[in-house]
Order: sequence, then structure tokens, then C-alpha cells
Amino acid sequence: MLFGLPLLSLVIWLPILAGIGVLATGGDRNAQVARWCALAGSIAGLLVAIPLYTRFDPLSSAMQFEERSAWIEYFNIHYHLGVDGIAMPLILLNCFTTPLVVIAGWQVITQRVSQYMGAFLIMSGIVNGVFSSLDAILFYVFWEASLIPMFLIIGVWGGPNRVYAAIKFFLYTLLGSLLMLVAFIYLYQMSGGSFSIQDYHHLPLPLTPQILIFVAFLLAFAVKVPMWPVHTWLPDAHVEAPTGGSVVLAAILLKMGGYGFLRFSLPIVPDASHQLATLMIALSLVAVVYIGLVALVQADMKKLIAYSSVAHMGFVTLGFFLFNALGLEGAIVQMISHGFISGAMFLCVGVLYDRLHSRQIADYGGVANRMPVFAAFFMLFGMANSGLPGTSGFVGEFIIIMAAIQVDFWYGFLAATSLITGAAYTLWMYKRVVFGEVASPAVEALDDVNGREIAILAILAAAVLGMGLCPAPFTEVMHATVDELLAHVARSKL
Amino acid sequence: MTDMQTLYLLIPLAPLAGALIAGLLGRVIGTTWSHRATIALMMACVAASITVFMDVLEGNVYNGSVYTWAVSGGMHFEVGFLIDRLSAMMMVVVSGVSLMVHVYTIGYMHGDPGYQRFFSYISLFTFSMLMLVMSNNFLQLFFGWEAVGLVSYLLIGFWYTRPTAVYANLKAFLVNRVGDFGFLLGIGLVLLHAGTLDYAEVFTQAPRLATETIDIIPGAPWALLSVTCILLFVGAMGKSAQFPLHVWLPDSMEGPTPISALIHAATMVTAGIFMVARMSPLFELSETALSFILVIGGITTLFMALVAIVQNDIKRVVAYSTLSQLGYMTVALGASAYSAGVFHLMTHAFFKAVLFLGAGSVIIAMHHEQDMRKMGGLKRYMPVTYWTMFIAALASAGVPGFAGFFSKDAIIEALHFAAIPGAGFAYFCAVTTVFVTAFYTFRLVFMTFHGEPRMDHHTQEHLHESPWVVTLPLVVLAIPSIAAGWLIGPMLFGGYFGEAIRILPEHEAIASMAAEFHGVAGMMAHALSTLPFWLSMAGIFAAWYLYRVNTELPGRISRAAGPLYTLLDRKYFIDEFYSWLFAGGARALGGGLWKIGDVKLIDGLIVNGAARSVARVAALVRRLQSGFIYHYAFTMIVGVFVLMSLWLYGS
Repeated sequence: MLFGLPLLSLVIWLPILAGIGVLATGGDRNAQVARWCALAGSIAGLLVAIPLYTRFDPLSSAMQFEERSAWIEYFNIHYHLGVDGIAMPLILLNCFTTPLVVIAGWQVITQRVSQYMGAFLIMSGIVNGVFSSLDAILFYVFWEASLIPMFLIIGVWGGPNRVYAAIKFFLYTLLGSLLMLVAFIYLYQMSGGSFSIQDYHHLPLPLTPQILIFVAFLLAFAVKVPMWPVHTWLPDAHVEAPTGGSVVLAAILLKMGGYGFLRFSLPIVPDASHQLATLMIALSLVAVVYIGLVALVQADMKKLIAYSSVAHMGFVTLGFFLFNALGLEGAIVQMISHGFISGAMFLCVGVLYDRLHSRQIADYGGVANRMPVFAAFFMLFGMANSGLPGTSGFVGEFIIIMAAIQVDFWYGFLAATSLITGAAYTLWMYKRVVFGEVASPAVEALDDVNGREIAILAILAAAVLGMGLCPAPFTEVMHATVDELLAHVARSKL
Repeated sequence: MTDMQTLYLLIPLAPLAGALIAGLLGRVIGTTWSHRATIALMMACVAASITVFMDVLEGNVYNGSVYTWAVSGGMHFEVGFLIDRLSAMMMVVVSGVSLMVHVYTIGYMHGDPGYQRFFSYISLFTFSMLMLVMSNNFLQLFFGWEAVGLVSYLLIGFWYTRPTAVYANLKAFLVNRVGDFGFLLGIGLVLLHAGTLDYAEVFTQAPRLATETIDIIPGAPWALLSVTCILLFVGAMGKSAQFPLHVWLPDSMEGPTPISALIHAATMVTAGIFMVARMSPLFELSETALSFILVIGGITTLFMALVAIVQNDIKRVVAYSTLSQLGYMTVALGASAYSAGVFHLMTHAFFKAVLFLGAGSVIIAMHHEQDMRKMGGLKRYMPVTYWTMFIAALASAGVPGFAGFFSKDAIIEALHFAAIPGAGFAYFCAVTTVFVTAFYTFRLVFMTFHGEPRMDHHTQEHLHESPWVVTLPLVVLAIPSIAAGWLIGPMLFGGYFGEAIRILPEHEAIASMAAEFHGVAGMMAHALSTLPFWLSMAGIFAAWYLYRVNTELPGRISRAAGPLYTLLDRKYFIDEFYSWLFAGGARALGGGLWKIGDVKLIDGLIVNGAARSVARVAALVRRLQSGFIYHYAFTMIVGVFVLMSLWLYGS
């Protein structure tokens, strides 16, 4: 409770209400008001989330900050919230990202400013809802609701091919999640009329329904992560989305998929998860190896980073299905770190795009001559993307590779190839964009990053380095939850 | 915290502070204060290193944690220091050479627009390298390992507008990553089987690990330690540029010369050697791994030295010489003569730094001309550079009395005594290379400093000795290029390394040598009757004959050798092969997977295919809703008719 208000409700509804407030500022005559309101709202959203970390009890694996009240009593649906050591860091990541996105769009977005800013704030609240719902229907509502602001962000403020990308994004993810709803209804029947996720955790299920439920969940979460081969919406969505959209998409929305595996697939259908673990590991490794190579040949910077996101998220799903504490914690760390790094990488491309209106690598060259400060930041994030020790990108990948070797040497071997491919695609792009002689008059005319851009990049740089040099505070909060989850998954439900 | 512990922290943090000051505030404080600040902090670092070294000589060893990096899955990952005789020696070498390079840089980089950035990088490098050698666990070792790789990348590409420089730095980073790939897997096996990454804890478990096997290929159990050690050594092959991962080092000469001396000769490239010496309790228990090291090291020693013969770029000669000398260090490790390898690492750090910095001094005088064919006769213009380089060349050629002689002779002797498979091959390579080394080193000296000047008139008029900031480091480093070798008695045979290096009784080549060792003078006297000495003399003589007396002959020989010359000149075509196979192959594979897998199959067939099928079905279904009443009426009548007949037929 903060000032007598429930914390989790606050982190959900404060940004949403602020977003509605921003919308109410109306047309672009009041754009400046909309911007400041959005910034204030997003910072307030971050501030109210901080007690979630400071008051969190890291020794407990139970749900904390729980809230529960009836919502639709006829179907036994509750407004039930709570977070554990897995959800809490993700909520903080989300609240941390929103102000950055607002600042990133400050000067760049000049059309329909209030709607743009409002959409991000509302989405921030919805995503917090996803990470804190303990009722399946409430979760589903937030889950689907999160599609709408992103659909609009891509469809309204996106690039030339935005309609195709927006529809592809919407249908892909919507279709993926429909079967999840079916699974919830089945579980409702089996549990004798409960939509409580925690009830499902303890619900005994035979193997066949477990496998069907697993597949239903898999479709929803695999599309979101995205896992190979249902990843093809992501490059298109990223390429067309405005910078802020890409940042939220990569940093936050993909994590919903990862979170889903931890909250639903593993604990509800543990036997099916074990049965299908090899398949999941195989898909994850394909993502790491195959996508790493595909990223190498991309000519569009955003596409390249989008593919690199898929490869990095492959580590996350790999870590989940190794069924050891090292792998799980590594995966959660990787999710948070990927939030920082992919967000930063997209912001860097955005900085270039805002100036030259091109994402093509070939249109650049010699940027360092004109933008040395930017080049330094981009180097740092590029190195983080390549998993250099001392940056957050290393932590998750290192822990997951260690965990993979514990299960099978060859899992570790294939995962570790990202050491080479990750550096190859990132640094080759960096070389062509940043190094060399000034490639064109357009590059000659570039101005270095301004104070606003430096502020965003510096905050992210601090996060990337801080987590890389001392990840202990991040891993500490998740030990109890992860141990409990592993113990739970180890118990058969048959 | 004790005073000593404060010093341990100060040693890496002082250069880090320097890097931050020059890097972040460089523009504010200007060039002069940037180098003053970094050099002052480096001096503190050197002083602290020497103090620690003195303390270690008294028998103090420190092994402790600084902070907990992370705890995960019940494993503790720490950042901590292990200060023993091995790391203390490395700390003195690294900080000492680094300080000299800092001073030298004032002259070499004078007027460069990236002056402050350069100081920031070399200080950052020093920090990373110190973290690497001071580590007490594999994780921090890997940290330092990759961090020095990063700085090397930044420095090779320092002049980022040059296409060759930014090609070379990418290549260096990626080839190193191939090594790191193996290294990381090796660390993974250590963690899996020992349950910890702390050196001391791993080493106490080494005897148990030696009995374990691992099924990498199902059904074929291999000795765990052999697999682990070879994987770790793959990391060393990347960092210490051993065949076949050596290709990045010659290209790294695109970077400014001070870093060629500091990073690509004296310190970073020796990290692999240091690492294997540090892991001696593990490597000792795997003869397979030692044989592997002997063969790789032997190949590198001989074949890279051969390439140095035909190079005309002064820095490239020194670069290939470095590769070959790293090969010497590697074969020493393979022969279980870790202390000899580390001893050669130290002597080499000094004389090779002089060769590089001297080459840099020549390059300054020649207005950044590096082709030796356009030099000659520089001796009378640059006496200090000449004499210091001459000393370093004697050391490199292994002339008795100079540092390189002692360390190289110790390695050859150790190979002679070693009984591990592969030692014979390595011995052959090491001995043959003595001749080659002497030849190419003096070829460089004669082509550059002797004979008639071959440069253009304008350059010749402006030739003069470099400023004191350049020559002072040369002189300071030339002293240990002679004297460091005299420490052979205490360092190799006096048990200097103590517990830091462990050798099995059956691998005790060094002990046998110690029995025959009768002081520095005795070693020199004895050398006169051995093959390596005469080979080295022959090499110097051959270089003198070919490049001073009969200067027409080299051209005739190279023409007569034809394909052989081409093979050496093109460095065995390894670069071409790699760029075709790996760079081309990866791009082709990536392009194929993308175009066929993502675009055609997944998106074309399934995603958009599904959308198209929906559209097609919808187009069919749409025809039913034609909007004509008589269509609907007709459908209804058909429906009623079918239902009626079903009903009648059913009953």
C-alpha cells in the first residue's frame, strides 16, 4: 500500500489514467502540454513501481502485494493481482522503459502527439496488468488489450508499409492467443469452475490434455517471444514501427511471451513441458544459430536488430526448458538485459533515422566523423548486443550457456556459437555504418546527438553497465521464486 | 582492508581512472593534461605493482574476493584477486611496459585528433589486462580476456577512416571470438565438473577430475581434462595467435605502433601463455592436451618465422616474428616447462617492445613510410633508435648474453628433455627457427639502418632522431632486453614460481636442466658448443651476406624459388581461404536461410499462404450471397426438398 492505495493497482491504473488524461489534451495545438503530461505520467508510473522492489521480500516465493476482489461473480472471475520474483523485475523494466520512450518521441513525433503519447502510457499500464494478473480471464483481457495500442502505433505512426505490418502483427498474435482462451475454458471446467491461475498450478491433469494445453499455450507464447518459425511478424513490425514502438515491442512486449511460459506452461502442465522439452530446446537453438546467420545478411538496420532480438530471445526459451536454476535465472536476466539492449539499439537506429530518414546500412558510412558521441554510445550497445562481459548482454548468455552444458555439451556448443555470430552481425553493421570515410553529403550534414538523446542513451548505458558489472541485485530477488517453480515443475501431475 | 589489499585495488583502478578522465573529460582538460593525468596514474600503478612484487618475494600470497558478481543456481560467481609470484611478475611487466608506451605515445601520437581517446584506450587496456592477470577465478579471467579483446579492437581501428584498419579490427575481434567460443565451453566444463570457478578450489579437485571421462560423442568416452584443457587452449590460440587462429595478428599492424608494441607484442597476446601457465595443475594431468599444444606451437614457431623472411613492411616483419616467438612460448608450455614459457614471455615483452617502438621511431622519421625497400642507411641519422634496436635484435636472435638467448635456450633444452608425444617435432621446429629468426631480424636491421639510403630526397633531408619521449622508452626497455635474461637462475631454477606452477614429477624437464645449470656465465660458455648458437650465428651471417654484400642475390633466390616464394609471400593463402570459406560461407548460408526459409517457406507458403487461402475461400463463399431473391428462394427450396427426403427416407 502506498498512501492507502494498493500498489499493483496503482502501477496498472495510474499510467492508464494518465494516458487518458494525455488523450484529453486534444489536437496538436496542445502538443507541448501533451508531451509534458505524458512525461509526468510516465515518471509517476516509474515512481510508484519502485516500492515493488524496495518492499519486496526476496526470501519468499509466495505472491506478494496481492489484491483480490470479485469481478464477474457468475463465472467466478476475480480482479486478482500479485507478483513474485519473476513478474516484479519485468514490471520495473516496463515502468523504466516508458519515460524513455516518451522522451524519445519528444521532437520526432509532431502529428497526433497526444494520441501517440497516450497510447504508450495506456500500453504501459496494460502490460503491468499482464505481469500481475493472477486470474486467467483478467490476464487474457490485458493480454489482448495490449495489442490495440501497438497496432495503432504501428498503423498510424509507422513507415510506408505500415498497414501490412500492423495487420500481420495483429492477426499473427491474435490467432496465436485464441487457443489460449480455449485452454483457459477447459481448465475452468476441469478445476470445477475456477479461473485462478494458482488453482491451475495444483490441478492434476492426465498427459494427453496436458500436451494439448501445452500446445495451445505454446502457440500464444511462441508467437509473442517470438520463437522460430513463428517469428516472421517481428522484422516487419519493427521495420515499420516508429522508434518508440520498436523499443516497447522489443523491450517489453516480447517478454510477455517469456513470462507466459513461466506463469502458465511450466507450472500448469509440467509433465508435458518435460515431454516436449527437447523440441523446445531444438526450436530455441534453431533461433540462435539460424537467425544469427539470417541477421548477418540484412541490409536494413532495424531488420537486423529485429533478427538479433529473435536470436537473443532464443536464449530465453532455451534457459526455460533446461529445468535447472542456472538456466531459469539466466533466462530471466536475459529478458531484462535484452530489454535494455534492444531498446537502446533501436533508439540508436532511431537517432540515425530521424536525421537521414533511411534505415539502409548502405546509405551510411563514416558516421563517426560527424557524430563521435553517438558512435561511442552505439559502440557500447553494439558490444552489449555481442555479449561482451561487463555489459548486461553477457550475464544472461553466460549463465544460460553454463546451464546448457550441464544438460548436454552440444546444447552449450550450439548456443555458444552466438559468441561468433552475434559479434559478426553487430560489428559488421557497425563497421559499415559508423567507420570509414564520410560516405555521402547526407552523412556529412549529420549533427551529433543532442542533450535529449544523450540523456536517454546515458540512462540506458548506465543500466547496461550496471547490470553487467554487478548483476547480483537482479538475481537475488528471483532465487526463491525460481527454486519454488523448479520444485513445482519437478512434481508430476499425472 | 589491509594496506596491501588497498594496493591490490589501486593497481587496476588507477589506469581505469586514467581511462575515464582522458575518455570522458579529454576534451575539457585538453591534450597535455590528458597525458599528464594518465601517466601520473600509471606511475602510481607501476609503483604499487613493484611494491606488491617485493611483498610477494617475501613469500606472501593473497587469494580473496572483492565482491560477489552474482549468485545463481547455488553457484557463486565472484570478482577477486589471486596475487602470487606468477601474477606479481605479470603485473610488473604489464604496468612497466604500459607506462613506457604511455610516454612514447606523447611523441608518436603528437598532433593526432584522437590524442585523448588514444590515451583513454591504452589506460583502459592496462586496466583490463591487470584484471586478467590478477584474477582468482575463471569468470573474471574471461572478463579480462574479452575486455582486452575489446580494447584491441578499438585500437586496431583507431584510425577508423582507413578501410584496412576497420577491416583488420573486425577480423581480429571475430577470430578472437572463435577462440573465446572454445574457451567459454572449457569454462563450462570446469563449472559442470568442479562446481566452482575459483582457481584454488578447481585445482584441489584436479586429481579427481583427471579420472573422469566425458561422452561428447555418445559411446566414445574421452578424458574430461583432455577435452577441457584443449578447449581452454583454443581460447589461448585465439588470443596468443597460434596457428590456425593467427590470421588476425599481422593485420592488427594497421593500428598505431605504440599499441602494436603494448598489446600485440608485449602483453595481450601473451595472455594465452599466461592462462595456460596459470592452469598448469590442470594441463599437467592431460598428456593429450600437452601434445596438442606442442604440435600447434611447433607449427606456429617455424611457419610464421618463414613468412617473416619475405615481408618488406617493417612492422609486418616484427609481427610475424611475434607470432613465431609466441610459438616458442607455446611449445614451452607443451613441454611442461611453464616457467620457461613465462620467462620467455617476460624477456620477449621487453625486446619485442623495443623492436616495435624502434620500428615506430623509424616510421615517424620516414613520414609514415613502412616499406623497408625505401629505407636504408638510417643508422647515422638515428643512433639511439639504431643501437637500441640492435640490442633487441641480438636478444631476438638469441645471441648469448642477451635476454632472448637465455629464455629461448631454456625452451629448446626443455623440449630436448621432454618425453611427451610431439616434443620431437616441436624440438625440430624450435631449433630450425633459431636460424630463421636470426636471419629475418638482421635482414630488418640491415635493410633499415645500413647500406645506401633508398628514400626520396625530400624525406632524406628531413631525417632526424625522434624526440626524447620516443627514445627514452627505447633506452629504458633496452636495458631489460639484456639484463632480464640474467634472472634465469632464480626464475627458472631457483623455484621462483613456487606453488603458482605445478609440474608432475615425470614431466620435470626443468629440474633436469637445473642440475646442469652452473650460472649465467656457464650457460653462455656451454652454448658455444651447441647447435642453436651456431644456427643463430649462421642466420646473422646469411643476412649480412645477402643484404650487405651480395644484394643482388635475394632477388635471384626469390625468382628461382617461384611458387615457394609466392606461398610465403601470400602467407600460405590462409587469409584467402578463410575469407572464402567462413566470411563467404556464412553470408551465403545466412542469405539462403533467409530467402528460402523465412521469405519463401514461412512467410510465402504459410503466413501469407494462409491469408491467401482465407481470401480464396471467402471469394467462393461470397458468391452464395449474391443478393438476388430468386437465388435464395431456390436454395431454400433445395434445402427443404433435401430435408424432406431425408426425413421420409429415414422413417
